[in-house]
Amino acid sequence: MPKAQLFITCLGDQFYTKTLQNMTVLLERLGVELTFPHEQTCCGQPHFNNGFESQAREVARNFLRAFGRSDASIIGPSGSCVSMVKHHYPELFPAGTPEHALAAEIASRTFEFTEYLVNVLKVTDVGAVYPHKVTYHASCHYLRELGLKTEAKTLLNAVKGLEFVPLNEEETCCGFGGAFTVTYPEVSRSMMENKLKNILASGADTVVMCEPGCLMNVAGGLHKTGSNIRAMHIIDLLSSK
Amino acid sequence: MSETPTYIGFEAYTGHIPPSIPSAVQQATARFAVGRAARVSELPQFEQLRQIASDIRLHTIENMDTYLLRFEEKVTAAGGHVHWAATAEDARQIVLQIAREHNVKLAVKSKSMATEEIGLNHALETAGIEALETDLGEYIIQLAGTGPSHIIVPAIHLKKEEIAAIFSEKLGIDAPADPIELTRIAREILREKFLNAEMGVSGANFLIAETGTLVMVTNEGNGRMCTTMPDLHVAVVGIDKIIPDWESLTVFLKLLARSATGQKLSTYTQFITGPRRAEGEFGPKEFHIVLLDNGRSDVLKDPIGREVFKCIRCGACANVCPVYKNVGGFAYGWFISGPIGAIFAPQMLGTPTARELPYASTLCGACADVCPVKIPIPTILRHLRRRVAEGDQIAASTMPAPIAAAAKLSALALAQNWIYRFGARILPPVMALFTRDSWISSAPYPLNRWTKSRPLLAFTAGFRSWWKNRNAK
Ligand code: SF4
Repeated sequence: MPKAQLFITCLGDQFYTKTLQNMTVLLERLGVELTFPHEQTCCGQPHFNNGFESQAREVARNFLRAFGRSDASIIGPSGSCVSMVKHHYPELFPAGTPEHALAAEIASRTFEFTEYLVNVLKVTDVGAVYPHKVTYHASCHYLRELGLKTEAKTLLNAVKGLEFVPLNEEETCCGFGGAFTVTYPEVSRSMMENKLKNILASGADTVVMCEPGCLMNVAGGLHKTGSNIRAMHIIDLLSSK
Repeated sequence: MSETPTYIGFEAYTGHIPPSIPSAVQQATARFAVGRAARVSELPQFEQLRQIASDIRLHTIENMDTYLLRFEEKVTAAGGHVHWAATAEDARQIVLQIAREHNVKLAVKSKSMATEEIGLNHALETAGIEALETDLGEYIIQLAGTGPSHIIVPAIHLKKEEIAAIFSEKLGIDAPADPIELTRIAREILREKFLNAEMGVSGANFLIAETGTLVMVTNEGNGRMCTTMPDLHVAVVGIDKIIPDWESLTVFLKLLARSATGQKLSTYTQFITGPRRAEGEFGPKEFHIVLLDNGRSDVLKDPIGREVFKCIRCGACANVCPVYKNVGGFAYGWFISGPIGAIFAPQMLGTPTARELPYASTLCGACADVCPVKIPIPTILRHLRRRVAEGDQIAASTMPAPIAAAAKLSALALAQNWIYRFGARILPPVMALFTRDSWISSAPYPLNRWTKSRPLLAFTAGFRSWWKNRNAK
């Protein structure tokens, strides 16, 4: 039986209780034995991406402590946070040090949710039913840092009743970018508005993505415009029956 | 414009962008991006070429002195004059000196980023020499009195109606909003100037060390006029333009036009090795090249940052950059904009002047995906953010103190997980005060900077207790 540790991410922790519950139920249904290291906080990406590398290192140390106690895989619902652990943790510690070795070892067993399903468990059909017109936004780090180009679509493809409609500029950033939203709020907003324009034009009633950050941004934007298009995390869609 | 900025206020500028700018920019960049994608898909070895180009560039960066000296030797042997300019001021003085010696009253210029960098037009005008841009886009922005807003399409932010209005106002004519007619008007004016100019000024896309050859890649033919019609040709070129040999050039030529405009090759590719050797040959009597350092040698010492000099100025990174496409080039405050500008200006001008630029990106990575010489732009942006936030050997931290303090405090809370978990209990009830129907539409500082653009989801933070209860059963 595969074993895994839940990496809930700080945004998930604060804002996406239901998604995390769905992730737990789904993985257990697929036969994964889960644990939840409760000392986890944030991966440190906000600090790392904004130049506060020493602070990022402190936060990363907490993560390494929390997840280093077990050798089970680590699964998170965010391409961006997973990429932080997978690609940037090893950069934070000098090569040759025990911390670097631990970071590299942890990086090698950390997976984004859809990546784990499709590439590790080799599951593409989770038995979901979602009779809606759905479009997909490819989140930047999920797409470019983790290189996940087909995984989400493969999973969506197997959902019963789902009609997939393409999104113009699918791979263009939605304007989230973490602290960018508060550093340059006007720019972030116009990027988001471009994304919304394309979502509206797609004719979909649901837009799905694999990133809590983008989801907060796009869902907030849709809510503000009074649109009834639903923005969803792919985990919630895959949990629909 | 083209003055060296003392502070670049990206946030201040982007708070009030005229809506016509993103609209014009998005239209044009989309066309280039589509063209680029088509050309790339036709060339199966594109990825290999990118790797080779990147390797050549790195090799050249590491051996720049050798190649520059070889270049100097070859140019001199071909009868040209090489001048070394340590600073922008040196470069301006060298050009002015040459102009004075030749009694120049009118200089015609082909598009050149290096002359923008040193503010040459202003220096020439101040010395009583007319400096006329002859690239159509440059001509337009010179009339408009602004700098370029895209590295290869300087007037990208203007629509044809706006250009017609500028022509009408500045030339005192009644110009129609018709690109062909506008081009005809410009051409007529420029032709006269080409015939009368005593000096042609250009930049270069590449300098070939092997033979001392200057390479210019252009589309309008004005570059050829500038460098052959006047008897005097002065080129101002950054030292980073050096490449080892003709064989390397073939790699860059395959990548440049494809990445830039979606052409297989630009209309003109010009090779200039020294002045004309005999009467009756094409070319100027005298050829000078000013090799511009202006801080490049210092940047070359930074093993991460120096990759900025791999750039071949194709503009592809800007054409796909969602930030650039929403703000246009002026937001970057200097002559070079888009992702390349965001990594160039903070290094060349220093982070005290350009500390906002490394943050002018969501780190989405679209730029690095298309860059023909594989510059790791997001990595360099993070590197420069580190310089701003923490300081490094090159510059001390320039981060405003409250932000630095907030970063330190938050990291403390996240590293000591009990503080985080304690906070996570306090936050939902506090934020509940601002919440209506699961949404927070106006939050206290600093989250108000989020909520002024879109509401924030309610803080639920319910997973931990759910997990605990469930496993307690
Ligand atoms: S950074 Fe790369 S993509 Fe951007 S202009 Fe330079 S070569 Fe072109």
